[in-house]
Amino acid sequence: MYLKSAYEIRDKYLRKDMLPTIFCPGCGIGSALQYTLRAIDDLGLNQDEIVWVSGIGCSSRVPGFVNFDGLHTTHGRALAFATGIKLANPDLKIIAFMGDGDAAAIGGNHLIHAIRRNLDITVILINNFTYGMTGGQVAPTALKGLRGTTAPYGQFENPFDIADLAVSAGANYVARWSVFNYLQGINSIKKALSKEGFTLVEFLSPCPISFGRRNRMKTAPELLRWYQKITVPLAKAKKMPPEELEGKIVIGEFADRDRPGLVREYEAYKKRAKKMMGWEE
Amino acid sequence: MRYPFPVGKSDFIQGDEAIARAAILGGCRFYAGYPITPASEIFEAMALYMPLVDGVSIQMEDELASMAAIIGASWAGAKAMTATSGPGFSLMQENLGYAVMTETPVVVVDVQRGGPSTGQPTLAAQGDIMQAIWGTHGDHSLIVLSPSTVQEAFDFTIRAFNLAEKYRTPVVLLTDAEIAHMRERVYIPNPGEVEIIDRKLPENEEEARLPFGDPHGDGVPPMPIFGRGYRTYVTGLTHDERGRPKTVDAEVHEKLIRRIIEKLERNREDIISYDAFELDDAEVAIVSTGIVSRSAVRAVKILREKGVKAGLLKLNTIWPFDFDMIEELAGQVNKIYVPEMNLGQLYHLVKEGANGKAEVELIAKIGGEVHTPMEIVERVVG
Repeated sequence: MYLKSAYEIRDKYLRKDMLPTIFCPGCGIGSALQYTLRAIDDLGLNQDEIVWVSGIGCSSRVPGFVNFDGLHTTHGRALAFATGIKLANPDLKIIAFMGDGDAAAIGGNHLIHAIRRNLDITVILINNFTYGMTGGQVAPTALKGLRGTTAPYGQFENPFDIADLAVSAGANYVARWSVFNYLQGINSIKKALSKEGFTLVEFLSPCPISFGRRNRMKTAPELLRWYQKITVPLAKAKKMPPEELEGKIVIGEFADRDRPGLVREYEAYKKRAKKMMGWEE
Repeated sequence: MRYPFPVGKSDFIQGDEAIARAAILGGCRFYAGYPITPASEIFEAMALYMPLVDGVSIQMEDELASMAAIIGASWAGAKAMTATSGPGFSLMQENLGYAVMTETPVVVVDVQRGGPSTGQPTLAAQGDIMQAIWGTHGDHSLIVLSPSTVQEAFDFTIRAFNLAEKYRTPVVLLTDAEIAHMRERVYIPNPGEVEIIDRKLPENEEEARLPFGDPHGDGVPPMPIFGRGYRTYVTGLTHDERGRPKTVDAEVHEKLIRRIIEKLERNREDIISYDAFELDDAEVAIVSTGIVSRSAVRAVKILREKGVKAGLLKLNTIWPFDFDMIEELAGQVNKIYVPEMNLGQLYHLVKEGANGKAEVELIAKIGGEVHTPMEIVERVVG
């Protein structure tokens, strides 16, 4: 793959008057954003036909920085807003940029139902195990023992595996990488954007300031090294006994299928309605 | 355009059905909802009609999602509506505030039932007046309409869409279980007879760049719809005229919030609607809204027969509220009675409006039944 310079991507897709971003030094959101923009660029998608949607949190500020139509909504509700946008104008392609707290905690219900419906949308999910914007509280993705300001003695609850959840709920495409896996990341987003139905690419993303500091990983490189240690590629994980996988996070592509998306299902439903009412043959 | 119900003639239908048909004639092409008594029939009618008119009807996972979906649909260019009852309306308040802040035209129907909490699901009440006006957080304003008949439920629904589009604001149609389930004769007009107002769109690039500005000086910015190349950023955060977040700038916040409130205040005459009955020479006034007004009309007739110079002011718009008109009325009459199906909500507004110029007395009734005319009469004659 030929990679364009970051400057080219920046100049083409970012709103210069909104820079600098709000992101802290060492934050991984910028990387995931860059991969998404590179995927859009590589696919040659029309900038005016893409809407970015988000909820609340650091990653949810992304639609403000990119030069596209964007809806920055309420905490956890991005996918519900997106349902309205997509069904009201199916020609629009929708990207939801969400954090793990936003998507899996307050927005957990909207997430599973958007997936169940197979809403045509690509979710870029930033997983940093924490609520970064509000200062480092634990997220539902936090592995047991990880610390946050609301679990100062280490998380005692079981974590959510968002990718697993998305596969079970019926997503057409699900992949998880750390932001360290940049080529896999870009390729996954390209695949996600090319498919109909619900597609989700999750990124383990460093948050050194709110999360790392409290977990003895003060810098992004330390967090990336930790990701390397705790992540296991899917093929390898399949051969590992469950006890060895304890505390590890599997990365790779978890689902790649072509169930009809919500837009196609609704179009068929409209036809069925007209036929049943005798309006159409 | 073919309609899935008869147009240009009268039909004998219930309030919920009338609201659904009016929405479709008013241009609504997106409905998202979550079933709740006594509003479910609106959803069921929309589910039946929407696919036939190439619109969307979708059952969301909850009321928060329903409210969110209609706002999304509105930014994608559709006229959108949801309907609910008190408990669901509470859940919608978060995103109703988002609609206020982002100036998104949407219509929310609240078919009131007895509360608080799950209360009396199948019985009527008027307990959501305060919730409709002040339910969401922060300083804000929106429009609240209140019908008293099935025909008005129909007419006000069309008006709700027009006001939402004209002023880029959420409009609440506040009705109740009584009107929702009552069947009455309703005239369903031909589409050609219906006045339809569409939102202002940006006329040029410059206007499109100011989706929250005031290029026309009327406080209502043109709305750049998604997908038309304007690259609009919409946020619930305090934002400047271009839509850029400016969360700690007091001046930007004040300018934005004041404009959102003032765009409705300066158009009070267009928005506020009421009906006066026997008020010209009245010495005693009844101020009411919604279903109770029907008992109040009868009460006025009985009072007049008894020699009491009574009159009725029926409020069709409950927000913005016409405090001045109430003060004027208070200056004319000796006493104002406010019959309502709650323990005093409209009463507070009327009392504030009366400004001490006349005594204001609440005639409260809760439990699910509308006041009988005699219950009002007896309170007035003592």
